[in-house]
Amino acid sequence: MSMRIFDGFKFTKLPTPVHQMDPRAKFILVMSIFAVCLMFSNLLVLLIALLAQIPIIGLAKSLKRWSISMKGGTLLAILIFVMNFLTGSTLIYSLAMTVKFLALISCFSIFFMTTSPDDLGLALENIGIPFTLVFTFTTAVRLVPTMAVDAQTVIDAQRSRGLELEKGNFVKRIRNYIPILIPLIVSAIRRSIELAEALESRAFGASEKRESLVALKMKLSDYLTTIVAIAFLTLSVYVYLYIRLPSPEVTYRLPPIWPWSYA
Amino acid sequence: MIEVENLCFTYPNGKDVLFNVDLKVQDGEFVAIMGENGAGKTTLVRHFNGLLKPTTGRILVDGNDTRKSSVASLARSVGLVFQNPDHQLFCETVKDEVAFSLKNFGYPEETVERRVRGILETLDLMSYIDSSPFMLSGGERKRVALASVLVWNPKHVVLDEPTIGQDYQQKDRLRNFILQLNTQGKTVIVVTHDVEFIAECKPRVIVLSTGRIVGDGPAVDILTDEQLVNKASLVRPQIAKLMSSLSDVGLPTNVIDLFTARSVLASKLERI
Amino acid sequence: MPIIDMRNLTFTYTGAGKPSILGVDILVEPGEFVVLTGPSGCGKTTVCRCLNGLVPNFYSGEMTGNVKVTDLDVRKTSTMELAKYVGFVFQNPENQLFSLSAERDVAFGPENLGLPRDEIRRRVDWALQATGISNLRNMAPYELSGGQQQRAAIAAVLAMKPTLMVLDEPTSFLDPKSAQEILDVISRLNRELKITIFLVEHRLDAVSRYADRVIVMDKGRVVLDGKPFDVYGEQAWLIGVGVPKVTMLFRLLRKDGISLDSIPITVEDATKELRRKLTS
Repeated sequence: MSMRIFDGFKFTKLPTPVHQMDPRAKFILVMSIFAVCLMFSNLLVLLIALLAQIPIIGLAKSLKRWSISMKGGTLLAILIFVMNFLTGSTLIYSLAMTVKFLALISCFSIFFMTTSPDDLGLALENIGIPFTLVFTFTTAVRLVPTMAVDAQTVIDAQRSRGLELEKGNFVKRIRNYIPILIPLIVSAIRRSIELAEALESRAFGASEKRESLVALKMKLSDYLTTIVAIAFLTLSVYVYLYIRLPSPEVTYRLPPIWPWSYA
Repeated sequence: MIEVENLCFTYPNGKDVLFNVDLKVQDGEFVAIMGENGAGKTTLVRHFNGLLKPTTGRILVDGNDTRKSSVASLARSVGLVFQNPDHQLFCETVKDEVAFSLKNFGYPEETVERRVRGILETLDLMSYIDSSPFMLSGGERKRVALASVLVWNPKHVVLDEPTIGQDYQQKDRLRNFILQLNTQGKTVIVVTHDVEFIAECKPRVIVLSTGRIVGDGPAVDILTDEQLVNKASLVRPQIAKLMSSLSDVGLPTNVIDLFTARSVLASKLERI
Repeated sequence: MPIIDMRNLTFTYTGAGKPSILGVDILVEPGEFVVLTGPSGCGKTTVCRCLNGLVPNFYSGEMTGNVKVTDLDVRKTSTMELAKYVGFVFQNPENQLFSLSAERDVAFGPENLGLPRDEIRRRVDWALQATGISNLRNMAPYELSGGQQQRAAIAAVLAMKPTLMVLDEPTSFLDPKSAQEILDVISRLNRELKITIFLVEHRLDAVSRYADRVIVMDKGRVVLDGKPFDVYGEQAWLIGVGVPKVTMLFRLLRKDGISLDSIPITVEDATKELRRKLTS
């Protein structure tokens, strides 16, 4: 599992319908899928939940990055499968849990890949979170790629002075990160001070009430998406409560090898 | 010698930055790489010590293919001084900071001691030997960063934007120091867009624009070429502009530095 | 009424051994274009910070003397309040742009002031136009070049409709052509919108043509203050200020015994003078 898994959560600006969706509608859509994933343990339903997201991701032109983050998550997915199977769950159930995991991170992936921190901030403001908190959040998100670039520069600068990060025993390797961490922290502090100066100079906090230039407005498509998502969610709840779903008959499970597993 | 053969480079995120770059830098040359911000200058020089490996093409440093060498081994002969010293300072004292690279390269204790003192003397930093590098001023931190690279005496020295944030006197000192390094036989490569600075030291100038080499020649020829200079988002040195607008009254157009201009004009005007 | 009234100002940062600025007197009238220059560490940035209240409100320390900006006492006024009259543009464009679109960045200041939406919209459009980046309004800062980012920063400050704009080495990170363009933009704001400009700059060759006045500082004190022509002399050169090369050239020629009528501060003036001499 590498850093590539984070690529699946990074926002990139693209002119797709998914990107242009009102963040509140998007959130409701994603939460509906999330709720369905949480509710069900049935492999078929979960597979559908996972596969149904693919056309959405395709529409958002983000399939490549999504697949990279899926690949990055395979280690964890395998771990989940193994943990379930080894503790006595059936093969099918373990598979279902793995699919549930992948479906869950997928839906968060969709949300963060297609929603800019600014829009996210506006949505949060909309539901009443104070501006200063929202701003702290969006700035932090916005600074992540900037700091990643800084980190790479620091690593490059120190490697250029002969620092070898891949060599040495475990203790030495940890010690080798000090020349990376300290400049990075100092750099981050300097950056924060500069940001604070600029904020003060632009009258941050001068007025209690605050209207923003751009207001979130739900379009017809946003309302439709919200209605569909809620309808879908309601249907799922109904199915969960009242309908018995078909399940593959395979009930293979490991023989009881742990003291707490059951016959 | 540093040989760049048909270098193309694309970042992992898909951004194409360098296209078919070909160049040779002989031992002991003094070269300036100039161009607009984003032209690819920094990307190019990070290939010289192996930090970046070519997407296609190859780079040979003293005959070694950078794709087959580690950064640590290439760094012994190519010292790269980064633009922002704050990206590398981390030690408690200037002495430790400068000694860092020598320790990485495995030099024995006595040599480390000797070399560190030597370079601090040369760069007029001895008074700060036990100070914290974080307490020094911007200009002093830049000198410490320079010292920490020069201390291992690399054959080739690459300076990335050494003049940004420096005042006139600091630039003057820097220029003299670079010329001194060059006289000592080191190859010096300076990445910059500071035209006035380069006009006074007149190295070979390579102009990079949107990832391609668009000019390569003596400073006097390159910096007086108005079209080329504009293409790379540079300006002609003041002296060059002056001379060229008076070429119709007999002034030479190949003068870009202050003192040559002075002697040319002094002799021309004395006769009047 | 002067827009900047700094009298005998001395400031020592908390924890510093000695004052960063000493007995500084600076008077600036509305509409002037003033350039502040001097070697590293001379106190330029401290002076700038005194103009919008970062000193002594953000950076604490001991202050003696007086400083009034637009008739407000800086010691008694918060930076927030001063921000309505004084705009500040910093050196590094990266850390003064907060949004993912230029437009929203320009709106940030007016939004903070609590202005109504349509007023914000009006100001944003106007500021983008005045700095020539209307077509870049939807771009994120990382999609813009350094020069464009600084224009966005200037627009962001402009949208607050300041009467004084303080710029601390805004061209430091820019290539020569972008630097010239930014200085052109700043000059236009001064001439057309009558905004007083207080600019810290090393590139005197590029900025001299616009400056009404140049102030030179050294070791915390103001040493020279006057028209560019009067300031670019031996003393400035000895202090280590980057006097334009053509000016230096003429002073050197005078030393060589060549008689010259005037000392230029721009290439155009130098060309004129030399042409006259060479064709006479």
